[in-house]
Amino acid sequence: MSVQNTAGVKASARRELVLSEDNLEDFARGAAFLGTGGGGDPYLGRLMAKNAIREFGSPRILGVDELSDDATVAFVAMIGAPTVLCEKGASGDDIDCAVQELSAQIGRPIDALMPGEIGGFNSTLPVVAAARLGLPLVDVDGMGRAFPSIAMVVMNFEGISACPFVLVDDHLNKVVVKADTAQRTEDISRSIAIQMGMSCLSAGYAMSGAEVKRATVHNTLSAALQIGEAIREGRKAGDPLKALIHVLETHPIYGFAQEVFSGKITDLRRETTKGFSIGNCRIEAFDGAGCMADVQFQNENLVVLVDGVVKAIVPDLIIIVDAETGEPIPTEALRYGQRVSVIAVAAPDALKTPQALAHVHPRCFGLDFEFTPIEVLAGAARA
Amino acid sequence: MDKQEFLRIGVDVGGTNTDAVLMREGEVLASVKSPTTAQVGDGIVAAIAHVMTQADISPDAIGIVSIGTTHFTNAFVERRGLDRVGVLRIGLPAAKALPPLTDWPDDIAAEVAADIEMVRGGFQFDGRPYADLDEAAVAAAARRFRKQGIKSVAISAVFAPLNGAMEERAGEIVSSEHPGSSLTLSCDIGRIGLLERENAGIMNASLATLATETVGGFRTALKKLGITAPFYISQNDGTLMSADFVEKYPVLTFASGPTNSMRGGARLAGLKDALVADIGGTTTDIGVLRGGFPRESSIMTDIGGVRTNFRMPDVCAIGLGGGSLVSVDGDRVKVGPKSVGYRITEKALVFGGDVLTATDIAVAAGYADIGDHDRVRHLDPAMVEAAVTEMHRLVEDGIDRMKTTGGDAPLILVGGGSVLINRALKGVSEIHTHEEAGVANAIGASIARVGGELDKVVSYDGEGREAAITAAVSEANERAVAAGADAASLETMDIEELPLAYMPGGSVRLRIKVAGDLAVAHGGAA
Repeated sequence: MSVQNTAGVKASARRELVLSEDNLEDFARGAAFLGTGGGGDPYLGRLMAKNAIREFGSPRILGVDELSDDATVAFVAMIGAPTVLCEKGASGDDIDCAVQELSAQIGRPIDALMPGEIGGFNSTLPVVAAARLGLPLVDVDGMGRAFPSIAMVVMNFEGISACPFVLVDDHLNKVVVKADTAQRTEDISRSIAIQMGMSCLSAGYAMSGAEVKRATVHNTLSAALQIGEAIREGRKAGDPLKALIHVLETHPIYGFAQEVFSGKITDLRRETTKGFSIGNCRIEAFDGAGCMADVQFQNENLVVLVDGVVKAIVPDLIIIVDAETGEPIPTEALRYGQRVSVIAVAAPDALKTPQALAHVHPRCFGLDFEFTPIEVLAGAARA
Repeated sequence: MDKQEFLRIGVDVGGTNTDAVLMREGEVLASVKSPTTAQVGDGIVAAIAHVMTQADISPDAIGIVSIGTTHFTNAFVERRGLDRVGVLRIGLPAAKALPPLTDWPDDIAAEVAADIEMVRGGFQFDGRPYADLDEAAVAAAARRFRKQGIKSVAISAVFAPLNGAMEERAGEIVSSEHPGSSLTLSCDIGRIGLLERENAGIMNASLATLATETVGGFRTALKKLGITAPFYISQNDGTLMSADFVEKYPVLTFASGPTNSMRGGARLAGLKDALVADIGGTTTDIGVLRGGFPRESSIMTDIGGVRTNFRMPDVCAIGLGGGSLVSVDGDRVKVGPKSVGYRITEKALVFGGDVLTATDIAVAAGYADIGDHDRVRHLDPAMVEAAVTEMHRLVEDGIDRMKTTGGDAPLILVGGGSVLINRALKGVSEIHTHEEAGVANAIGASIARVGGELDKVVSYDGEGREAAITAAVSEANERAVAAGADAASLETMDIEELPLAYMPGGSVRLRIKVAGDLAVAHGGAA
């Protein structure tokens, strides 16, 4: 494949974003936060990115305004189960192979890569891919958070096809899915992923620079880094939650964040239904007044209720963090007795359009609630 | 053998002290605290001889000896007497982006890992092979290790906990190409999570020579004493391993210390569900007992900077101990986290030193009888009262962190610093202390049980949840009996189900843990 390093790049005055071994931990922690409890082990993703940067150098990160309209951009992601990921990792060759096969399918080189989701493992995997292939990474993603389906991305909401969608296993076996809808692409890919050993690399959503500008969530790689930095700096200053909320409130994509509850986890239920990790985490207030919060999750956190009243609901972001350190806690690491805070963050506007809500409305996750934005819920509580 | 007359000796070999207890059922017949010696065996001989003389017991009356030790943990952390290891991973083409020793501190990686080889082979999540084992590459690596004089080899394979066949075959090849080398197979020591399991395997391989020497030292010590009873060594989850097993898998002793002190405390108090605070010279370790065993931590544990996924007790360490420094800052009195540590007997006021410590406060407040009381009479009663309040508040805070239910729970105090606490504590229903609380570690070692564990991915869609769990529990039971447990006493300690997210098919990772009393009549071989 002929890859071009500089095609589609325009000059910009924007502060250059660089991911290096030094700030990968901040980036991975910020991405784990935006992963809202899901997205897989950010630790392995960080290690892989560290190794790739050591071997191939830091990938160039492009602001969306630096991208020319006729550039070709694609997303890379891992599809599978986090438990399998922690045994098999990725070979590296499989990442290269997925991008090269997509390029062959569309008949033109890929100029830049982007993450499908900015949460957990799938936010660091594109860093590995970009470093290995010498391609720039665009400072955008498909949802500004994590969701469990490749159909739940702004590209799909805006009518961009996921296909051709390439799946590659660690033996470099390739399957190209050409399906009519993103949902069908997701369903077919999942069945193939089982045969591929429950962990495979994917590349898809090949699109133009103009489409990236129109149909992605912007500045989310830099948001992840800023969030990670805020947590680290906040720890030094003694109040990581305050620093975290400040950076989100002043961020152009999110703009609203609030601590909706803090307390101790007193009950935790998990079950498997239809291949998802579904459960409920109950948190009791510190002050002993008997106030309770329930966070329901399906891989990602979906809704937080305080004494039965909805305080934040999907697609808004709900994150459980360690009450003292601000460390985001993935749903699989929640346990009895942890002291936690529940942070709610307004979803990017692109997730709240009617087309988007057709895919990410609370009902799409089996919740019998309307979607009320966190800003409105918080206003009602104050009134 | 009559179970009533079954005598047990428990020994705890720590960095500073070697403690021994002689037990008949739940009763402590004799106990001693003596210094750890450079040759650990000498300290053990002295301690055991002391308790046997004290209770007037002949060596042939001893039914079992169990030893808890932090020797191997300390050796790894301090990088003392470690072997250079040849690392062999079976997994290509998978996992190539995360080679062995990824994320080890560079200096310890350089010291431990002499050579690394990755070869083809490995299994899928359901135990099917995804690539045949590259036997020629294994043989070539073994010959290279031999040429370089590397005697200890760590072998790991992708999804080996589900299917150990490739690690075993590779082990045979290494043994035939490199006779006399010592082998560690990852499937024997770790759970799912390739890097963490492989790390544990490499750590274990680095301890091979030390394990042979140390266990040999234990054997010689018991022989000198004329004790022919089987002896066991306790592991991190409070269950026992035979001495032969520890020679092969010393890494499994990591973190057995906190487990033994918590279980020993539980035995002294006669409780199975309680909080335990082990107050030492510098820190207080607070843990939770459930059904007589410590609640385990769900987070990854770093040992000497290396990430592992051992079963470890969930312990909250707070900076309060007998040697904690007490200082006055305006109208606030601060206790810890700095401490004079083991030098308390020269530094504390009551011992003639010039440093105000938590122990001095307990003496000044009139509830501890240690050292020279006159040396703390001059202290301001208001300051003493504030410091006492602060010490109790620190423990209350730690207790609140560890509690999982709202109500009050009983608290067992163990360790030399337990004299610091004498008032009622918030969140605690009653405080249990015991005159033998100082040797709780050795008592814990003496009553350790035999465990069996299973960790595998099953499909509920195939056989149904109930049947899958029943089958898994009986497999864990078989493992426990094979390890020497009395089948009638087996209890299921833990069933953990982790759904494999994103995938249909009802695939679940099941983790089962069972434990039972040692089968006394069979004794077991050591």
